[in-house]
Amino acid sequence: MHAYANPTRFLALARPLTLWSFGLGLLLVIGGSIYGLAYAPADRLMGDSVRILYIHVPTVWLAMGGWSAIAISSIVQLAWRHPLAAVAARAVAVPGALFTALGLLTGSIWARPTWGTWWVWDGRVTSVLVLFFLYLAYIALANASSEKGGVSRVTAIFGIVGAINIPIINRSVIWWNSLHQPASITVSGSSIDSAFLWPLMVNVVGFSLLFGAIILMRMRMILAQTKVEARLKRMAAE
Amino acid sequence: MKAKHQRLTLATLALVALIGASLLAAYALQDQASYFYTPSDIVEKNPEVGQAIRLGGMVGAGSIQRAADGVTVEFLVHDGTAEQKVTYTGITPDLFVEGSGVVADGRLSADGTFVAETLLAKHDENYIPRELEGIDMTAGQHKSETLIQ
Repeated sequence: MHAYANPTRFLALARPLTLWSFGLGLLLVIGGSIYGLAYAPADRLMGDSVRILYIHVPTVWLAMGGWSAIAISSIVQLAWRHPLAAVAARAVAVPGALFTALGLLTGSIWARPTWGTWWVWDGRVTSVLVLFFLYLAYIALANASSEKGGVSRVTAIFGIVGAINIPIINRSVIWWNSLHQPASITVSGSSIDSAFLWPLMVNVVGFSLLFGAIILMRMRMILAQTKVEARLKRMAAE
Repeated sequence: MKAKHQRLTLATLALVALIGASLLAAYALQDQASYFYTPSDIVEKNPEVGQAIRLGGMVGAGSIQRAADGVTVEFLVHDGTAEQKVTYTGITPDLFVEGSGVVADGRLSADGTFVAETLLAKHDENYIPRELEGIDMTAGQHKSETLIQ
């Protein structure tokens, strides 16, 4: 694993991977969204507002996946002192926060016609809002105390502690009576009709690839920035 | 023990302690963090007349009656064991139909009727295209018991 601690080696792999991941992701998202918005059927009760599912589910999935990635990177950073893990965690924070905001926004737009309200303080909605605030706090902490392009150890510890919220979001609809419906897709199968499920899966994979490409881009940007800073310091010293 | 393993053990222990603590906290929150009372909760907790509460459950089949004024509806909310009569005056959400989930803010009146001030519809986890309506739509297909845990 430490072979990729060398930034040159990582960059040789990251450059083509960014391109492929971004291209394929964009293709899938465009395809899935056009199919979902124009050709997939309307829902028996919700009508056309069901179509927001194709954006809402991928964004919330990545909002939670993003923090899981931060937590895993933080453990790798603390236990193995892997320098790239710290860079990866920092790269995930801003896109993760953005996707959480998009998830909350699309959910709110869907809730108005479906539930009859823009916002409720039920377990699911509130725990996702907490996730958004955790991202903001993480970004502030990472910016206040970065080390060699990566996040500081305090930030890494915060990343691990914050991960507690992820299982809470997942279980919130089961532990507490909530207005948000329970999970439709579980290990035992899906209660979403296949006509909705296919474009949804295409968009989930597509958005995940796009998210991955954005993370790689941001990691390369942070590494380049660190290089520039090091060079400027050397020039100033001469 | 190598320093790396020591750090790893420490991180794992901290993580386990943290998960344990938050699970306990979440479990203790059980009642407070619930978004609504079910009709059984109302029977059990017996809230006072006029106290603001939120009621959730399934709209009873064949129970919706619209009053002559056109904006007042009367219906039964059940959770499989208990039933609660509800009246609401206002525009009902699109998803408010018999057999679907509903969440209402309001108060109990002296005669035991729940007077709702706001009415929200709960969507279940089933997504069925309009074209298939009536084909697979048996009541037993709903996992709607999940509303009532």
